[in-house]
Amino acid sequence: MERRNPWVSFFVYACALLLALFLLAPILWMLIMSVSSTNDLTTIPLRWIPEQIDFHRYIELLTVAENSAGKAFLASMRNSLAVATMATLGALLVAIPGAWSVSRSPGRQRLALYAVVATYMLPPVALVVPIYFALSALGALNSVFSLAVVYLSILAPFTTWLLKSSFDNIPQEIELAAMIDGARLDQIWRRITLPLTGPALATGGLFAFLLAWDEFFYALLFTADQRAKTLTVAIADLAGGRVSDYGLIATAGVLAALPPVLIGFFLQKSLIAGLTTGGVKG
Amino acid sequence: MMNGNWMSLRSWLLLAPLLALMTFIIGWPLAKTVAVSFTDAKLLGGDVHWLGLANYQKVLAAPAFYEVVWTTIRFVLISVGAEFLLGLLAALLLDQKFHGRGIVRALMILPWALPTVVNATMWRLIYNPDFGAFNALFTQLGLIDAYRSWLGEPGSALYAICLADVWKNFPLVALIALAALQSVPRELRAAAVIDGAGPWSRFRAVILPYLIGPLTVAVVLRIIEAFKVFDIIWVMTRGGPANSTKTISILVYQQAFSFQQAGLGGSIALIMVLISALLITGYVTILRKQGELK
Repeated sequence: MERRNPWVSFFVYACALLLALFLLAPILWMLIMSVSSTNDLTTIPLRWIPEQIDFHRYIELLTVAENSAGKAFLASMRNSLAVATMATLGALLVAIPGAWSVSRSPGRQRLALYAVVATYMLPPVALVVPIYFALSALGALNSVFSLAVVYLSILAPFTTWLLKSSFDNIPQEIELAAMIDGARLDQIWRRITLPLTGPALATGGLFAFLLAWDEFFYALLFTADQRAKTLTVAIADLAGGRVSDYGLIATAGVLAALPPVLIGFFLQKSLIAGLTTGGVKG
Repeated sequence: MMNGNWMSLRSWLLLAPLLALMTFIIGWPLAKTVAVSFTDAKLLGGDVHWLGLANYQKVLAAPAFYEVVWTTIRFVLISVGAEFLLGLLAALLLDQKFHGRGIVRALMILPWALPTVVNATMWRLIYNPDFGAFNALFTQLGLIDAYRSWLGEPGSALYAICLADVWKNFPLVALIALAALQSVPRELRAAAVIDGAGPWSRFRAVILPYLIGPLTVAVVLRIIEAFKVFDIIWVMTRGGPANSTKTISILVYQQAFSFQQAGLGGSIALIMVLISALLITGYVTILRKQGELK
Protein backbone atom coordinates (compact mmCIF):
# COMPACT_ATOMS: atom_id res chain seq x y z
CA MET A 1 0.00 0.00 0.00
CA GLU A 2 1.40 3.37 -0.93
CA ARG A 3 1.71 5.96 1.86
CA ARG A 4 -0.52 8.91 1.24
CA ASN A 5 0.75 12.44 1.13
CA PRO A 6 -0.71 14.28 4.19
CA TRP A 7 -2.19 16.95 1.93
CA VAL A 8 -4.05 14.26 -0.04
CA SER A 9 -5.31 12.79 3.21
CA PHE A 10 -6.50 16.19 4.35
CA PHE A 11 -8.24 16.73 1.03
CA VAL A 12 -9.99 13.33 1.24
CA TYR A 13 -11.26 14.02 4.77
CA ALA A 14 -12.38 17.53 3.88
CA CYS A 15 -14.37 16.20 0.92
CA ALA A 16 -15.86 13.39 3.01
CA LEU A 17 -16.97 15.89 5.65
CA LEU A 18 -18.50 18.12 2.99
CA LEU A 19 -20.35 15.18 1.44
CA ALA A 20 -21.67 13.99 4.81
CA LEU A 21 -22.83 17.52 5.62
CA PHE A 22 -24.60 17.87 2.27
CA LEU A 23 -26.36 14.53 2.78
CA LEU A 24 -27.38 15.20 6.36
CA ALA A 25 -28.19 18.91 6.54
CA PRO A 26 -31.66 18.92 4.93
CA ILE A 27 -32.82 15.89 6.91
CA LEU A 28 -31.36 17.20 10.15
CA TRP A 29 -33.19 20.47 9.57
CA MET A 30 -36.47 18.63 8.96
CA LEU A 31 -35.96 16.78 12.26
CA ILE A 32 -35.18 20.03 14.09
CA MET A 33 -38.25 21.71 12.59
CA SER A 34 -40.43 18.86 13.81
CA VAL A 35 -39.42 19.47 17.45
CA SER A 36 -39.08 23.28 17.42
CA SER A 37 -41.75 25.64 18.66
CA THR A 38 -43.66 27.58 16.01
CA ASN A 39 -42.13 30.73 17.47
CA ASP A 40 -38.58 29.50 16.90
CA LEU A 41 -39.44 28.63 13.29
CA THR A 42 -40.93 32.01 12.47
CA THR A 43 -38.35 34.44 13.81
CA ILE A 44 -35.81 36.38 11.82
CA PRO A 45 -32.94 35.75 12.23
CA LEU A 46 -33.91 32.09 12.29
CA ARG A 47 -33.17 30.14 15.47
CA TRP A 48 -31.25 27.05 14.34
CA ILE A 49 -31.25 25.30 17.71
CA PRO A 50 -34.67 25.19 19.39
CA GLU A 51 -35.09 26.77 22.83
CA GLN A 52 -36.69 23.60 24.01
CA ILE A 53 -37.47 20.33 22.38
CA ASP A 54 -41.13 19.77 21.88
CA PHE A 55 -42.62 16.46 20.74
CA HIS A 56 -46.26 17.55 20.82
CA ARG A 57 -46.63 17.34 17.03
CA TYR A 58 -45.69 13.66 17.03
CA ILE A 59 -48.36 13.04 19.65
CA GLU A 60 -50.83 15.13 17.68
CA LEU A 61 -50.27 13.15 14.48
CA LEU A 62 -50.27 9.76 16.15
CA THR A 63 -53.43 10.07 18.23
CA VAL A 64 -56.97 9.94 16.95
CA ALA A 65 -59.31 12.70 17.99
CA GLU A 66 -62.39 13.84 16.11
CA ASN A 67 -61.46 16.20 13.21
CA SER A 68 -57.84 16.32 14.30
CA ALA A 69 -54.85 16.28 12.01
CA GLY A 70 -54.00 12.93 13.59
CA LYS A 71 -57.16 11.25 12.39
CA ALA A 72 -56.54 12.10 8.74
CA PHE A 73 -52.84 11.33 9.03
CA LEU A 74 -53.31 7.91 10.62
CA ALA A 75 -56.02 7.04 8.10
CA SER A 76 -53.63 7.84 5.25
CA MET A 77 -50.87 5.84 6.88
CA ARG A 78 -53.21 2.87 7.20
CA ASN A 79 -54.23 3.26 3.54
CA SER A 80 -50.61 3.39 2.40
CA LEU A 81 -49.83 0.30 4.41
CA ALA A 82 -52.84 -1.56 2.99
CA VAL A 83 -52.18 -0.54 -0.63
CA ALA A 84 -48.46 -1.30 -0.45
CA THR A 85 -48.99 -4.68 1.23
CA MET A 86 -51.71 -5.82 -1.18
CA ALA A 87 -49.78 -4.64 -4.23
CA THR A 88 -46.56 -6.30 -3.01
CA LEU A 89 -48.27 -9.65 -2.37
CA GLY A 90 -50.05 -9.47 -5.72
CA ALA A 91 -46.79 -8.64 -7.50
CA LEU A 92 -44.96 -11.56 -5.87
CA LEU A 93 -47.81 -13.89 -6.78
CA VAL A 94 -47.41 -13.26 -10.53
CA ALA A 95 -43.69 -12.49 -10.45
CA ILE A 96 -42.48 -15.74 -8.86
CA PRO A 97 -43.83 -18.13 -11.53
CA GLY A 98 -43.12 -15.58 -14.29
CA ALA A 99 -39.53 -14.95 -13.24
CA TRP A 100 -38.82 -18.67 -12.79
CA SER A 101 -40.25 -19.43 -16.20
CA VAL A 102 -38.12 -16.76 -17.92
CA SER A 103 -35.04 -17.81 -15.99
CA ARG A 104 -35.43 -21.49 -16.96
CA SER A 105 -36.43 -21.13 -20.60
CA PRO A 106 -34.11 -19.48 -23.08
CA GLY A 107 -36.68 -18.90 -25.81
CA ARG A 108 -39.31 -16.30 -26.60
CA GLN A 109 -40.20 -15.96 -22.93
CA ARG A 110 -37.21 -13.63 -22.63
CA LEU A 111 -38.58 -11.41 -25.37
CA ALA A 112 -41.84 -11.28 -23.44
CA LEU A 113 -39.89 -10.08 -20.42
CA TYR A 114 -38.18 -7.31 -22.42
CA ALA A 115 -41.62 -6.19 -23.54
CA VAL A 116 -42.89 -6.16 -19.97
CA VAL A 117 -39.87 -4.24 -18.69
CA ALA A 118 -40.06 -1.74 -21.53
CA THR A 119 -43.75 -1.03 -21.06
CA TYR A 120 -43.39 -0.49 -17.35
CA MET A 121 -40.93 2.32 -17.97
CA LEU A 122 -43.53 4.22 -20.01
CA PRO A 123 -44.80 7.44 -18.45
CA PRO A 124 -47.92 6.84 -16.30
CA VAL A 125 -49.64 9.79 -18.00
CA ALA A 126 -49.96 7.49 -21.04
CA LEU A 127 -52.22 5.10 -19.10
CA VAL A 128 -53.99 7.28 -16.62
CA VAL A 129 -56.99 8.56 -18.61
CA PRO A 130 -58.40 5.15 -19.64
CA ILE A 131 -57.77 3.73 -16.16
CA TYR A 132 -59.67 6.68 -14.73
CA PHE A 133 -62.57 6.06 -17.16
CA ALA A 134 -62.65 2.37 -16.26
CA LEU A 135 -62.50 2.87 -12.49
CA SER A 136 -65.12 5.58 -12.69
CA ALA A 137 -67.45 3.37 -14.77
CA LEU A 138 -67.03 0.52 -12.27
CA GLY A 139 -67.59 2.84 -9.32
CA ALA A 140 -64.14 1.82 -8.12
CA LEU A 141 -62.48 5.20 -7.68
CA ASN A 142 -61.35 6.15 -4.18
CA SER A 143 -60.70 2.54 -3.22
CA VAL A 144 -57.62 1.07 -1.62
CA PHE A 145 -58.10 -2.16 -3.52
CA SER A 146 -58.31 -0.52 -6.99
CA LEU A 147 -55.22 1.51 -6.23
CA ALA A 148 -53.34 -1.69 -5.32
CA VAL A 149 -54.39 -3.25 -8.64
CA VAL A 150 -53.17 -0.17 -10.54
CA TYR A 151 -49.86 -0.33 -8.62
CA LEU A 152 -49.32 -3.83 -9.97
CA SER A 153 -48.50 -2.16 -13.29
CA ILE A 154 -45.33 -0.82 -11.63
CA LEU A 155 -44.59 -3.53 -9.06
CA ALA A 156 -45.15 -6.72 -11.05
CA PRO A 157 -42.65 -6.04 -13.89
CA PHE A 158 -40.08 -4.67 -11.49
CA THR A 159 -40.33 -7.66 -9.14
CA THR A 160 -40.24 -10.14 -12.02
CA TRP A 161 -37.06 -8.66 -13.36
CA LEU A 162 -35.41 -8.56 -9.96
CA LEU A 163 -36.41 -12.16 -9.14
CA LYS A 164 -35.33 -13.48 -12.52
CA SER A 165 -31.71 -12.67 -11.78
CA SER A 166 -32.04 -14.40 -8.38
CA PHE A 167 -33.42 -17.54 -10.00
CA ASP A 168 -30.56 -17.38 -12.51
CA ASN A 169 -28.17 -17.79 -9.59
CA ILE A 170 -29.61 -21.17 -8.54
CA PRO A 171 -27.89 -23.99 -10.41
CA GLN A 172 -30.45 -25.59 -12.68
CA GLU A 173 -28.83 -29.00 -12.03
CA ILE A 174 -30.32 -29.21 -8.53
CA GLU A 175 -33.82 -28.83 -9.93
CA LEU A 176 -33.10 -31.23 -12.80
CA ALA A 177 -31.82 -33.89 -10.39
CA ALA A 178 -35.00 -33.66 -8.34
CA MET A 179 -37.04 -33.81 -11.51
CA ILE A 180 -35.29 -37.00 -12.61
CA ASP A 181 -36.04 -38.45 -9.17
CA GLY A 182 -39.68 -37.90 -10.06
CA ALA A 183 -40.46 -34.77 -8.04
CA ARG A 184 -43.36 -32.67 -9.31
CA LEU A 185 -42.85 -28.97 -10.05
CA ASP A 186 -44.72 -27.84 -6.95
CA GLN A 187 -42.52 -30.10 -4.80
CA ILE A 188 -39.36 -28.79 -6.43
CA TRP A 189 -40.47 -25.24 -5.78
CA ARG A 190 -41.46 -25.83 -2.18
CA ARG A 191 -38.45 -27.93 -1.24
CA ILE A 192 -35.66 -26.43 -3.35
CA THR A 193 -36.25 -23.28 -5.36
CA LEU A 194 -38.18 -21.11 -2.92
CA PRO A 195 -36.07 -21.93 0.16
CA LEU A 196 -32.90 -21.19 -1.82
CA THR A 197 -34.27 -17.86 -3.05
CA GLY A 198 -35.89 -16.94 0.27
CA PRO A 199 -33.69 -13.92 1.02
CA ALA A 200 -34.00 -12.68 -2.57
CA LEU A 201 -37.79 -12.98 -2.37
CA ALA A 202 -37.79 -10.93 0.83
CA THR A 203 -35.55 -8.30 -0.77
CA GLY A 204 -37.74 -8.16 -3.86
CA GLY A 205 -40.82 -7.79 -1.70
CA LEU A 206 -39.29 -4.95 0.30
CA PHE A 207 -38.23 -3.10 -2.86
CA ALA A 208 -41.74 -3.50 -4.23
CA PHE A 209 -43.18 -2.22 -0.96
CA LEU A 210 -40.95 0.87 -1.16
CA LEU A 211 -42.10 1.59 -4.72
CA ALA A 212 -45.75 1.41 -3.64
CA TRP A 213 -45.13 3.48 -0.49
CA ASP A 214 -43.55 6.24 -2.61
CA GLU A 215 -46.16 6.33 -5.35
CA PHE A 216 -47.94 9.64 -5.75
CA PHE A 217 -49.32 10.22 -9.25
CA TYR A 218 -52.00 7.49 -9.39
CA ALA A 219 -52.91 8.04 -5.74
CA LEU A 220 -53.41 11.76 -6.38
CA LEU A 221 -55.82 11.05 -9.24
CA PHE A 222 -57.71 8.01 -8.00
CA THR A 223 -58.31 8.81 -4.32
CA ALA A 224 -60.47 11.52 -2.84
CA ASP A 225 -60.85 11.20 0.92
CA GLN A 226 -59.80 9.39 4.07
CA ARG A 227 -61.18 6.08 2.82
CA ALA A 228 -58.35 5.72 0.28
CA LYS A 229 -55.98 8.72 0.35
CA THR A 230 -52.42 7.54 0.82
CA LEU A 231 -49.66 9.10 2.86
CA THR A 232 -47.96 10.78 -0.10
CA VAL A 233 -51.20 12.53 -1.05
CA ALA A 234 -51.86 13.52 2.56
CA ILE A 235 -48.39 15.08 2.81
CA ALA A 236 -48.76 16.90 -0.49
CA ASP A 237 -52.07 18.26 0.84
CA LEU A 238 -50.36 19.46 4.00
CA ALA A 239 -47.47 21.04 2.07
CA GLY A 240 -49.74 22.83 -0.39
CA GLY A 241 -52.57 23.60 2.02
CA ARG A 242 -53.25 26.32 4.51
CA VAL A 243 -51.30 24.72 7.34
CA SER A 244 -49.30 27.50 8.95
CA ASP A 245 -47.40 25.27 11.37
CA TYR A 246 -44.31 24.36 9.34
CA GLY A 247 -43.22 22.05 12.13
CA LEU A 248 -46.33 19.91 11.65
CA ILE A 249 -45.53 19.45 7.94
CA ALA A 250 -41.97 18.47 8.87
CA THR A 251 -43.27 15.98 11.46
CA ALA A 252 -45.52 14.33 8.89
CA GLY A 253 -42.52 14.11 6.56
CA VAL A 254 -40.34 12.49 9.22
CA LEU A 255 -43.02 9.92 10.06
CA ALA A 256 -43.62 9.07 6.39
CA ALA A 257 -39.90 8.74 5.73
CA LEU A 258 -39.20 6.51 8.72
CA PRO A 259 -40.35 3.13 7.32
CA PRO A 260 -38.59 3.48 3.94
CA VAL A 261 -35.39 4.78 5.54
CA LEU A 262 -35.30 1.79 7.90
CA ILE A 263 -35.97 -0.58 5.00
CA GLY A 264 -33.30 1.26 2.98
CA PHE A 265 -30.63 0.65 5.62
CA PHE A 266 -31.74 -2.95 5.90
CA LEU A 267 -31.42 -3.37 2.12
CA GLN A 268 -28.02 -1.67 1.91
CA LYS A 269 -26.23 -4.81 0.73
CA SER A 270 -28.66 -5.68 -2.05
CA LEU A 271 -29.25 -2.09 -3.08
CA ILE A 272 -27.23 -2.14 -6.29
CA ALA A 273 -29.25 -4.94 -7.89
CA GLY A 274 -32.44 -3.08 -7.10
CA LEU A 275 -31.12 0.26 -8.29
CA THR A 276 -30.09 -0.91 -11.72
CA THR A 277 -33.44 -2.63 -12.10
CA GLY A 278 -35.10 0.76 -11.82
CA GLY A 279 -36.03 0.51 -8.16
CA VAL A 280 -36.40 4.24 -7.92
CA LYS A 281 -39.04 6.57 -9.19
CA GLY A 282 -38.02 10.17 -9.84
CA MET B 1 -39.07 -37.56 -18.48
CA MET B 2 -41.10 -34.72 -19.85
CA ASN B 3 -40.79 -33.72 -23.46
CA GLY B 4 -39.80 -30.33 -24.80
CA ASN B 5 -43.25 -29.29 -25.95
CA TRP B 6 -44.70 -29.78 -22.51
CA MET B 7 -41.81 -27.86 -20.96
CA SER B 8 -42.37 -24.99 -23.32
CA LEU B 9 -46.12 -25.00 -22.75
CA ARG B 10 -45.58 -25.13 -19.01
CA SER B 11 -43.22 -22.18 -19.02
CA TRP B 12 -45.77 -20.13 -20.98
CA LEU B 13 -48.46 -21.15 -18.50
CA LEU B 14 -46.30 -19.93 -15.62
CA LEU B 15 -45.69 -16.66 -17.43
CA ALA B 16 -49.36 -16.26 -18.35
CA PRO B 17 -50.60 -14.52 -15.16
CA LEU B 18 -47.94 -11.81 -15.54
CA LEU B 19 -48.63 -11.33 -19.24
CA ALA B 20 -52.40 -11.27 -18.69
CA LEU B 21 -52.03 -8.73 -15.92
CA MET B 22 -49.75 -6.53 -18.03
CA THR B 23 -52.13 -6.67 -20.98
CA PHE B 24 -54.95 -5.72 -18.65
CA ILE B 25 -53.33 -2.80 -16.78
CA ILE B 26 -50.77 -1.51 -19.30
CA GLY B 27 -51.59 -2.79 -22.79
CA TRP B 28 -55.29 -2.05 -22.77
CA PRO B 29 -55.05 1.47 -21.27
CA LEU B 30 -52.26 2.34 -23.70
CA ALA B 31 -54.35 1.20 -26.68
CA LYS B 32 -57.30 3.12 -25.30
CA THR B 33 -55.19 6.27 -24.90
CA VAL B 34 -54.30 6.00 -28.59
CA ALA B 35 -58.00 5.76 -29.47
CA VAL B 36 -58.99 8.65 -27.17
CA SER B 37 -56.25 10.89 -28.59
CA PHE B 38 -58.09 10.98 -31.95
CA THR B 39 -61.32 12.22 -30.35
CA ASP B 40 -62.70 15.17 -28.41
CA ALA B 41 -63.52 12.97 -25.37
CA LYS B 42 -64.10 14.87 -22.15
CA LEU B 43 -63.12 13.47 -18.77
CA LEU B 44 -66.66 13.38 -17.46
CA GLY B 45 -68.29 11.79 -20.51
CA GLY B 46 -70.70 13.29 -23.03
CA ASP B 47 -70.72 12.90 -26.82
CA VAL B 48 -67.46 11.79 -28.35
CA HIS B 49 -66.51 12.78 -31.91
CA TRP B 50 -63.76 11.46 -34.11
CA LEU B 51 -61.29 14.24 -34.85
CA GLY B 52 -58.58 12.43 -36.77
CA LEU B 53 -55.24 14.13 -36.29
CA ALA B 54 -56.75 17.45 -35.16
CA ASN B 55 -55.55 17.11 -31.54
CA TYR B 56 -52.00 16.43 -32.68
CA GLN B 57 -52.07 19.35 -35.10
CA LYS B 58 -53.33 21.61 -32.35
CA VAL B 59 -50.63 20.51 -29.91
CA LEU B 60 -47.78 20.70 -32.41
CA ALA B 61 -48.88 24.14 -33.64
CA ALA B 62 -48.93 25.66 -30.15
CA PRO B 63 -45.77 27.56 -29.13
CA ALA B 64 -46.68 26.85 -25.48
CA PHE B 65 -46.12 23.14 -26.12
CA TYR B 66 -42.54 23.72 -27.20
CA GLU B 67 -41.92 25.83 -24.10
CA VAL B 68 -43.08 22.90 -21.98
CA VAL B 69 -40.85 20.49 -23.93
CA TRP B 70 -37.92 22.86 -23.50
CA THR B 71 -38.55 23.11 -19.75
CA THR B 72 -38.58 19.31 -19.54
CA ILE B 73 -35.33 19.04 -21.49
CA ARG B 74 -33.70 21.66 -19.28
CA PHE B 75 -34.82 19.79 -16.17
CA VAL B 76 -33.38 16.53 -17.54
CA LEU B 77 -30.07 18.08 -18.64
CA ILE B 78 -29.44 20.08 -15.48
CA SER B 79 -30.58 17.42 -12.99
CA VAL B 80 -29.08 14.36 -14.62
CA GLY B 81 -25.93 16.26 -15.59
CA ALA B 82 -25.35 17.35 -12.00
CA GLU B 83 -26.28 13.91 -10.66
CA PHE B 84 -23.74 12.31 -13.00
CA LEU B 85 -20.96 14.69 -12.01
CA LEU B 86 -21.66 14.69 -8.28
CA GLY B 87 -22.34 10.94 -8.26
CA LEU B 88 -19.05 10.18 -10.01
CA LEU B 89 -17.07 12.44 -7.66
CA ALA B 90 -18.75 10.96 -4.59
CA ALA B 91 -18.01 7.43 -5.84
CA LEU B 92 -14.33 8.26 -6.47
CA LEU B 93 -14.16 9.70 -2.95
CA LEU B 94 -15.83 6.69 -1.32
CA ASP B 95 -13.45 4.42 -3.22
CA GLN B 96 -10.58 5.94 -1.16
CA LYS B 97 -9.68 4.49 2.20
CA PHE B 98 -10.53 6.76 5.14
CA HIS B 99 -11.97 6.45 8.64
CA GLY B 100 -15.74 6.76 8.66
CA ARG B 101 -16.11 5.64 5.05
CA GLY B 102 -18.78 3.11 6.05
CA ILE B 103 -20.80 5.84 7.75
CA VAL B 104 -20.71 8.19 4.76
CA ARG B 105 -21.65 5.27 2.52
CA ALA B 106 -24.62 4.46 4.73
CA LEU B 107 -25.65 8.15 4.72
CA MET B 108 -25.96 7.92 0.94
CA ILE B 109 -28.99 5.69 1.51
CA LEU B 110 -30.91 8.50 3.25
CA PRO B 111 -31.81 10.66 0.24
CA TRP B 112 -32.50 7.58 -1.85
CA ALA B 113 -34.89 6.10 0.72
CA LEU B 114 -36.73 9.36 1.39
CA PRO B 115 -40.04 9.27 -0.52
CA THR B 116 -40.06 11.77 -3.41
CA VAL B 117 -43.05 13.61 -1.98
CA VAL B 118 -41.36 13.95 1.41
CA ASN B 119 -38.22 15.20 -0.33
CA ALA B 120 -40.22 17.79 -2.24
CA THR B 121 -42.04 18.87 0.92
CA MET B 122 -38.78 19.14 2.84
CA TRP B 123 -37.19 21.38 0.23
CA ARG B 124 -40.34 23.44 -0.03
CA LEU B 125 -40.00 24.19 3.66
CA ILE B 126 -36.29 24.93 3.22
CA TYR B 127 -37.03 27.38 0.36
CA ASN B 128 -39.88 29.07 2.26
CA PRO B 129 -39.82 32.78 1.30
CA ASP B 130 -40.66 34.08 4.78
CA PHE B 131 -38.90 31.81 7.24
CA GLY B 132 -37.02 29.17 5.22
CA ALA B 133 -33.61 27.84 6.18
CA PHE B 134 -32.14 28.58 2.75
CA ASN B 135 -32.89 32.28 3.08
CA ALA B 136 -31.73 32.33 6.69
CA LEU B 137 -28.44 30.59 5.91
CA PHE B 138 -27.54 32.74 2.93
CA THR B 139 -28.56 35.97 4.68
CA GLN B 140 -26.56 35.10 7.79
CA LEU B 141 -23.55 34.24 5.62
CA GLY B 142 -23.97 37.60 3.91
CA LEU B 143 -24.45 36.06 0.46
CA ILE B 144 -27.87 37.67 -0.14
CA ASP B 145 -29.26 40.98 1.19
CA ALA B 146 -32.90 40.08 1.55
CA TYR B 147 -35.11 37.01 1.72
CA ARG B 148 -36.20 35.77 -1.70
CA SER B 149 -38.98 33.57 -2.96
CA TRP B 150 -36.85 30.89 -4.59
CA LEU B 151 -39.85 28.89 -5.81
CA GLY B 152 -41.97 31.96 -6.48
CA GLU B 153 -39.73 33.60 -9.09
CA PRO B 154 -39.69 32.26 -12.66
CA GLY B 155 -35.95 32.88 -12.83
CA SER B 156 -35.01 30.58 -9.97
CA ALA B 157 -37.84 28.06 -9.49
CA LEU B 158 -36.58 25.41 -11.94
CA TYR B 159 -33.04 25.55 -10.53
CA ALA B 160 -34.37 25.26 -6.99
CA ILE B 161 -36.31 22.14 -7.98
CA CYS B 162 -33.26 20.73 -9.76
CA LEU B 163 -31.19 21.10 -6.58
CA ALA B 164 -33.82 19.15 -4.62
CA ASP B 165 -33.88 16.47 -7.31
CA VAL B 166 -30.09 16.24 -7.46
CA TRP B 167 -29.85 15.88 -3.70
CA LYS B 168 -32.23 12.92 -3.79
CA ASN B 169 -30.87 11.16 -6.87
CA PHE B 170 -27.10 11.65 -7.05
CA PRO B 171 -26.59 8.88 -4.45
CA LEU B 172 -28.16 6.43 -6.91
CA VAL B 173 -25.52 7.25 -9.52
CA ALA B 174 -22.81 7.28 -6.84
CA LEU B 175 -23.70 3.88 -5.39
CA ILE B 176 -23.81 2.24 -8.83
CA ALA B 177 -20.49 3.86 -9.79
CA LEU B 178 -18.96 2.83 -6.45
CA ALA B 179 -19.96 -0.80 -6.96
CA ALA B 180 -18.30 -0.65 -10.38
CA LEU B 181 -15.12 0.92 -8.97
CA GLN B 182 -14.85 -1.80 -6.37
CA SER B 183 -15.10 -4.47 -9.03
CA VAL B 184 -11.75 -3.33 -10.49
CA PRO B 185 -9.27 -6.09 -9.55
CA ARG B 186 -6.71 -4.97 -6.97
CA GLU B 187 -3.84 -6.55 -8.90
CA LEU B 188 -4.70 -4.44 -11.91
CA ARG B 189 -4.52 -1.22 -9.92
CA ALA B 190 -1.33 -2.28 -8.19
CA ALA B 191 0.26 -3.23 -11.51
CA ALA B 192 -0.58 0.19 -12.96
CA VAL B 193 1.04 1.92 -9.98
CA ILE B 194 4.16 -0.24 -10.32
CA ASP B 195 4.31 0.52 -14.02
CA GLY B 196 4.48 4.17 -13.04
CA ALA B 197 1.18 5.29 -14.53
CA GLY B 198 0.04 8.70 -13.27
CA PRO B 199 -3.38 9.24 -11.66
CA TRP B 200 -5.06 10.35 -14.90
CA SER B 201 -3.73 7.54 -17.08
CA ARG B 202 -4.53 5.03 -14.30
CA PHE B 203 -8.11 6.34 -14.27
CA ARG B 204 -8.43 6.23 -18.03
CA ALA B 205 -6.77 2.91 -18.77
CA VAL B 206 -7.55 0.84 -15.67
CA ILE B 207 -10.68 2.18 -13.99
CA LEU B 208 -12.73 3.72 -16.79
CA PRO B 209 -13.33 0.44 -18.66
CA TYR B 210 -14.99 -0.99 -15.54
CA LEU B 211 -16.90 2.20 -14.82
CA ILE B 212 -18.32 3.14 -18.16
CA GLY B 213 -20.95 0.38 -18.50
CA PRO B 214 -22.68 0.69 -15.12
CA LEU B 215 -22.43 4.48 -15.27
CA THR B 216 -24.16 4.54 -18.65
CA VAL B 217 -26.93 2.34 -17.25
CA ALA B 218 -27.39 4.67 -14.28
CA VAL B 219 -27.46 7.83 -16.39
CA VAL B 220 -29.87 6.47 -19.00
CA LEU B 221 -32.14 5.19 -16.22
CA ARG B 222 -32.08 8.65 -14.65
CA ILE B 223 -32.83 10.31 -18.01
CA ILE B 224 -35.89 8.06 -18.50
CA GLU B 225 -37.14 8.87 -15.01
CA ALA B 226 -36.36 12.59 -15.16
CA PHE B 227 -38.15 12.91 -18.48
CA LYS B 228 -41.37 11.69 -16.80
CA VAL B 229 -40.95 14.02 -13.81
CA PHE B 230 -44.20 14.90 -12.07
CA ASP B 231 -44.20 14.34 -8.28
CA ILE B 232 -41.44 16.69 -7.17
CA ILE B 233 -42.64 19.53 -9.40
CA TRP B 234 -46.29 19.08 -8.50
CA VAL B 235 -45.56 19.29 -4.78
CA MET B 236 -43.10 22.18 -5.04
CA THR B 237 -44.64 24.52 -7.63
CA ARG B 238 -47.47 22.81 -9.55
CA GLY B 239 -45.73 23.97 -12.73
CA GLY B 240 -45.63 27.63 -11.78
CA PRO B 241 -44.72 30.44 -11.40
CA ALA B 242 -45.74 31.66 -14.86
CA ASN B 243 -45.40 28.09 -16.20
CA SER B 244 -41.65 28.26 -15.62
CA THR B 245 -41.53 24.71 -14.20
CA LYS B 246 -44.28 23.13 -16.29
CA THR B 247 -43.06 19.83 -17.72
CA ILE B 248 -44.83 17.50 -20.16
CA SER B 249 -46.34 15.29 -17.42
CA ILE B 250 -47.74 18.36 -15.66
CA LEU B 251 -49.18 19.60 -18.96
CA VAL B 252 -50.94 16.27 -19.59
CA TYR B 253 -52.33 16.28 -16.05
CA GLN B 254 -53.68 19.80 -16.48
CA GLN B 255 -55.20 19.19 -19.92
CA ALA B 256 -56.80 15.87 -19.02
CA PHE B 257 -57.83 16.43 -15.42
CA SER B 258 -57.92 20.17 -14.64
CA PHE B 259 -59.40 21.19 -18.02
CA GLN B 260 -61.15 17.83 -18.58
CA GLN B 261 -59.80 17.58 -22.14
CA ALA B 262 -59.11 13.84 -22.13
CA GLY B 263 -58.62 13.64 -25.90
CA LEU B 264 -56.15 16.51 -26.10
CA GLY B 265 -54.33 15.30 -22.98
CA GLY B 266 -54.10 11.83 -24.50
CA SER B 267 -52.46 13.13 -27.65
CA ILE B 268 -49.79 14.95 -25.64
CA ALA B 269 -49.26 11.81 -23.56
CA LEU B 270 -48.70 9.80 -26.73
CA ILE B 271 -46.13 12.25 -28.10
CA MET B 272 -44.40 11.75 -24.76
CA VAL B 273 -44.65 7.96 -25.10
CA LEU B 274 -42.89 8.13 -28.47
CA ILE B 275 -39.96 10.04 -27.00
CA SER B 276 -39.86 7.72 -23.95
CA ALA B 277 -39.93 4.69 -26.22
CA LEU B 278 -36.76 5.91 -27.93
CA LEU B 279 -35.02 6.34 -24.59
CA ILE B 280 -36.22 2.97 -23.31
CA THR B 281 -35.07 1.22 -26.49
CA GLY B 282 -31.67 2.75 -25.91
CA TYR B 283 -31.68 1.52 -22.33
CA VAL B 284 -32.69 -2.05 -23.18
CA THR B 285 -30.09 -2.12 -25.98
CA ILE B 286 -27.36 -1.09 -23.56
CA LEU B 287 -28.47 -3.67 -21.00
CA ARG B 288 -28.50 -6.41 -23.63
CA LYS B 289 -25.06 -5.45 -24.85
CA GLN B 290 -23.76 -5.61 -21.30
CA GLY B 291 -25.35 -9.01 -20.82
CA GLU B 292 -27.68 -7.93 -18.01
CA LEU B 293 -30.57 -9.25 -20.07
CA LYS B 294 -29.41 -12.42 -21.71
